[in-house]
This record gives sequence, C-alpha cells and structure tokens, in this order.
Amino acid sequence: MAVYRSTTLGTRWQFDGIAQLLAKASPSRSGDTLAGVAALSAQERVAAQMALADVPLTTFLNELVIPYEQDEVSRLIIDTHDMQAMSPVRAFTVGDFRDWLLSEHATTAKLCALSRGLTPEMVAAVSKIMRIQDLILVAQKCEVKTAFRSTLGLPGRMATRLQPNHPVDDPAGIAASILDGLLYGCGDAVIGINPASDSPKAVFTLLQMLDEIIQHYQIPTQSCVLTHVSTSLQAIEKNIPVDIVFQSIAGTELANRSFGVTLDLLQEAYDASLSLNRGSVGANTMYFETGQGSALSANANFSVDQQTCEARSYAVARHFNPLLINTVVGFIGPEYLYNGKQIIRAGLEDHFCGKLLGLPMGCDICYTNHADADQDDMDMLLTQLAVAGVNFIMGIPGSDDIMLNYQTTSFHDALYVRQVLNKRPAPEFESWLQQMNIFNDVNQLVTQSRLPASFGNILSHLESHE
Amino acid sequence: MNRDNPSGRIENSWKTLNRFTSARIGLGRAGVSQTTQHQLAFQLAHACAQDAVSRPMQWQGIHQTAFELQLSQLHLHSQAQTRDIYLQRPDLGRQLSQASEEEIQRWKSKYTGAHRCVLVVADGLSSTGVEQHVPSLLRALTSRLAESRHALSPSLLCTVEQGRVAIGDVVAALTDAMFLVVIIGERPGLSSPDSLGIYFTYQAGRGVTDADRNCISNIRPAGLGFDDAAKRLLWLMDSAAVRKTSGVELKDDSGEDNRFSPSDAGKNFLIPQ
Repeated sequence: MAVYRSTTLGTRWQFDGIAQLLAKASPSRSGDTLAGVAALSAQERVAAQMALADVPLTTFLNELVIPYEQDEVSRLIIDTHDMQAMSPVRAFTVGDFRDWLLSEHATTAKLCALSRGLTPEMVAAVSKIMRIQDLILVAQKCEVKTAFRSTLGLPGRMATRLQPNHPVDDPAGIAASILDGLLYGCGDAVIGINPASDSPKAVFTLLQMLDEIIQHYQIPTQSCVLTHVSTSLQAIEKNIPVDIVFQSIAGTELANRSFGVTLDLLQEAYDASLSLNRGSVGANTMYFETGQGSALSANANFSVDQQTCEARSYAVARHFNPLLINTVVGFIGPEYLYNGKQIIRAGLEDHFCGKLLGLPMGCDICYTNHADADQDDMDMLLTQLAVAGVNFIMGIPGSDDIMLNYQTTSFHDALYVRQVLNKRPAPEFESWLQQMNIFNDVNQLVTQSRLPASFGNILSHLESHE
Repeated sequence: MNRDNPSGRIENSWKTLNRFTSARIGLGRAGVSQTTQHQLAFQLAHACAQDAVSRPMQWQGIHQTAFELQLSQLHLHSQAQTRDIYLQRPDLGRQLSQASEEEIQRWKSKYTGAHRCVLVVADGLSSTGVEQHVPSLLRALTSRLAESRHALSPSLLCTVEQGRVAIGDVVAALTDAMFLVVIIGERPGLSSPDSLGIYFTYQAGRGVTDADRNCISNIRPAGLGFDDAAKRLLWLMDSAAVRKTSGVELKDDSGEDNRFSPSDAGKNFLIPQ
C-alpha cells in the first residue's frame, strides 16, 4: 500500500493508501465520522488535501480504493476507462487538474470529450480541494444532453420531475397532484411516482394510468414508476407500457447487491427497455437515483469515504446511458449529512462529479425533519444548483411528500428558478405548455383561478358524477 | 391588478381536488411564489416536526400510567448522551449506558416472578408522540395482552432516553425475556409529528436483525388507533408463541393489508370516461 505524506507548520502527516487519503481530505460530514474514516482535526484534513493535490491522476488507475478482483464496480471503472480521452490531463496531478478545470482552456467541448477519460476517484479527488464556487463554475461549463420524448440538458434550460406520490397509490389522489403539477408547468423530465406498494399489480396499474394521461393530453414527456428493475422487467414482459426504467444504485458491488441488483441485471433491464423503442426524440431509457451514505448504510463502504462511494455509483449509471440520474441528497438523514451546510456541499459535489463524468445530473434537493435543515437551506442549494446548470429538480405540491415523509422542491420553487435565472423548460414541453395556455409565449405562468379550457370540463364533470 | 384583490394573489379553483389527497395542491400563488398563508402553514408544520425531534422528553405521564397499571419500571439511558450525539451516532443509541446495564442486573437479581415479556419505551425521534400517546397505548396494550392464553402480560417496563429500536435487544438479553415489545417515536412527517411505532421480536437478544422484527407503524389518533395497534400486536405475539419465531416469517400471513383495497380508491378523473 502506497504511503502519502505532507507537512503542515512543522507537523508531519502520513496517510496509508489512497482510500485513507481521500477520506481524510473530504470536507467534514457526519457519515464519514460515523464510518470512522474522517480526519480527526481540521489541520489533518488540510494536510490530506495538500498531499492529495500532489497525487498524479494516473495513480487512480493503478491504486484502486476497492481492489479490482473484489468488486465489479472497480472492474467496470478500469475496463471502460478511455486512455485516449484522458490525454489532455494525463500528466496532471490532482492540483494541476483543478487549476486546468478552472482555466479558460477547459471549454465545454473539451470537458465533453474528456469525460470517458475520467474515473470517479479522479473527480471525487479534485472536488475535495474545491470550494463551492469552483464546483459551480466548472459544472456550469459541462453540458450533458439526453432525450426520450423531451430533450433535456440544453443550455439555458432546466427540467422538473413531477412527483405525484400518494400514501396508498390512490389513482384520484395521484391524478390531482399530476394536474396541479402540469398547471404549474412541471413534468418535462418525467412524471415519476414512488409507489407505496411493492406489488407488481399495483405498479402495473400506475404505469397504465400514466401512459393514458400522457397519450390523452399528448404531453411530450415520459412516465416512470420507481420500482425495482425486476418489477419493470415483469411489466415489459406483460406488455405494460414502460417508458423509463428506474433503479437505486450505489458505488460498490456489495451495496448494489443490498439493493438487489448486479451489473448483469441492470444490463438486462436496459436492453429490454431499449427494445420497446418508445422514445420519439431520443433513446435514453434509464433513470437512476443515488445518494451519499448508501454504501455505509448497507455496511458495504470498505472504509471508502461516502463522497467517493457516491462518485463510483456514477460509473455504474454511465454504463447505461441514462435519461436522468439524481442524487437524493438530504433523504438519508443526519447521521450521514448532519445539517444544511453538509447537505448543500454534498449536493454541489455530486452534481459536479456527475457532470464531469458525462452524466445528466439532477438533484432531489431535500431534507428530513430530523436533520438540522430548513427551507432556507433548500433555497440556497436550489439557487446554486440552478446557476451550476442542474439538468432537473423534483417538483411536488407545496414541498411536502405525503408518501415518503420528507420535503423536496415544490412546483413554485421551479417557477422561482425560471423567473430569476430565466431557465426555460425542455423545448418540446415548452411548446406544449404554450399550446395548453399554461405558459404564455415568454414562459410566464398565465393560469389564473380556473382550469385552462384545454383541460375541458373535467372538474364540473367530476362534480356532476359525485 | 384586480380591484377586489389588491395583493394580486391568485387562488386555484381546482384546490377542491384536495378531497382526493392530503398533498398540498391548488395552493394558488403570489407571483410565482407561495402565498403568505401557505408559507406560514408550512413553517408551522415544520416547526412541530422539529420540536418533536428536539424537545426533551417529559416522562412523568408514562411513569404515572405504568404505576397505575402496576408494572415494574426501570428508567434507562443509552450511550448517546445528548440529542446531537443521538442523531449522528445511531450505534450509540442502540447500546445501554454502563449504569443502566447495572440497573437491569440489580433488578434481575431481586426479581423472583415469572418473566416472559418486557416492554421498552424509547423516545426515538418524536418526544411529542411518546409523551402524548404512550399512556393511552400502554393501557390498550396491557388490556389486550391480558386476553392471551400464552401469558403475554409484561412484567417489566423500561423507559429509555436517547434510544433506538435495537436497544430493546440489549434489554431483552439482560432480562432473559422471551417477548420484546419496543414502543418508539417515529421520524416525524410534516403532517404527522406524533406518530409511534411498535417493534415486536420473539427471543430477542444481541445479534438479532431487522428481519427478526415485526413493525406496526403510524400509530396516532389520525393514523392507526391505539386499540387497533394493540389487537395487531396481540395477533403477532400469539402467532409467535405458537410458531416460535417472529419477523419476516410471521409477516406473510399476518392478514390482508387492506390499505390498498380498490373498493374505496378514486378513479383517474383526468381521462374522460
């Protein structure tokens, strides 16, 4: 095992192996302390960052945080690494890499071409010596475009996932939240339900319902029911309409096994979804969710810090060309990210790492009630991510998820970003919103008290039947 | 600007759809933002949830109820000394302090009666729920468990400060209890700051896992009622007494989960019939 050293103000520090160096260099967060891998003092953290800045990027190809033989994610990272693509930064140390990323040499085109030459550990390493403004500046230069029935990730645009969850999957309750979201201009990334029930039958009902709504109103978006890939595979076999296949993933083979998935199973689901050919403007068919701390909570982190584990999950996602990937940053709780400060930094780190690796990053900007965080913290992360060019965020009625019991961004929050940063929806969805008289031709919300005529008389129809 | 509505606030006619969901739909808007009314309603809900997590527990009501029910009582503490530590170190919330372990051992050396069932009440993540609802839940539980033919009445109640679910395993191990019932404050939701959970384990002890437990969740006046929860626990414990197991193996035939019954489900009204 390689030993890394640095000296600060006369104190000599030693770090045993690259995983320990990365962990000690990680900005402070509760999950790394819980795992027993965090720096024990503020000075030790900076000493590790100094040692890390001197590490050549190629080191990460030779010294793995989890051995190649032991972990299929490590094998995927090494086997799919593109040395040719890495050539502009091949001779750099981590510190050189940071300076280059911030420089005018690192253009959007160069960053796009570089992504397959980077590994998760390289981008995690450089993020650890970056401030929030660095994470924003570099991410803003990255562009990752994906498409299915809408085109996501174009410059100047930000999309939203409409998340109409209901505690017992009641179709009327879900329909009410979908209508509310559409009327607030939400849903171009996906209309995606977290089902309360795991039963395949309940999932199939929801898939059919979403497909009917999208078809009836000709909405240029895609549906997803966030169930295990094996259930989506069953749905595909039974000819239930599946647009986008969802799966939670993590950065180690063992953590993925705790989610009930392997790379082979993900490949099978990806192939099946591609075979349906349901996209009209693109063929990105997968949706992944991740989050710092998931490997530790499955006892599958191998003493690797949680942010590096998280970046490794992006290597898994990248292999399947997803339409969407989002880091559910504050959902896991205060034992991993204690407060608003830790959640905000983690969200921006994840977005930065994902974008550099070439992924269509979104973020579930969220918190639970036992974390020391509130709406002000979410407003800060939302604004910063929007400036950084996040591909999509969640949209939920009044920020309150009544099924998952946590708070995420509201339909109103997305409109706030559209207004202050002039961020437009996906082009196909933008046209639809204008046709439906929800937005005007400069993308202002025009809906007043009543439903636009484009929705017909569903409300009066409902009342006459009750 | 409308003369009748000088603030420019816009209401949504479709908010009547809230009869189908408790989601915060049809909120209206001030510009594109949430109106003062809804902004403050949200802040109040969040404040209640935060208070549920952070406000120190008042245990007197529970001690008084246990006294009236003639339960032996021990008041214990986990290794998490403060709420801050509790939130960041779940491992410490699962272990008893040295003093508490010794207290249990003293009780055990003196206790001579039959001992099959131990009740543990831990503050968990909602002091609001535990304070407000545990006395009623204790009455419902002791009354239902007395009905059983399997001698399920608890002989000891342990209240635990800064405790997580698995701290019950330590209590069960130290007291040699066959049936462990843990009542704990659940993570508060925005509209449910006062929810309790019950975790039942047959032959609990150090080393059991979540798969060995049965959970009854969302116990509060607006959720699962106290007597319904007690009946469900009685069913689980009677079944465990017969089948000598708990957890996943009991769950499968614990009766129909009728939350998802299609009979009272609304229709997708977005598609004209």
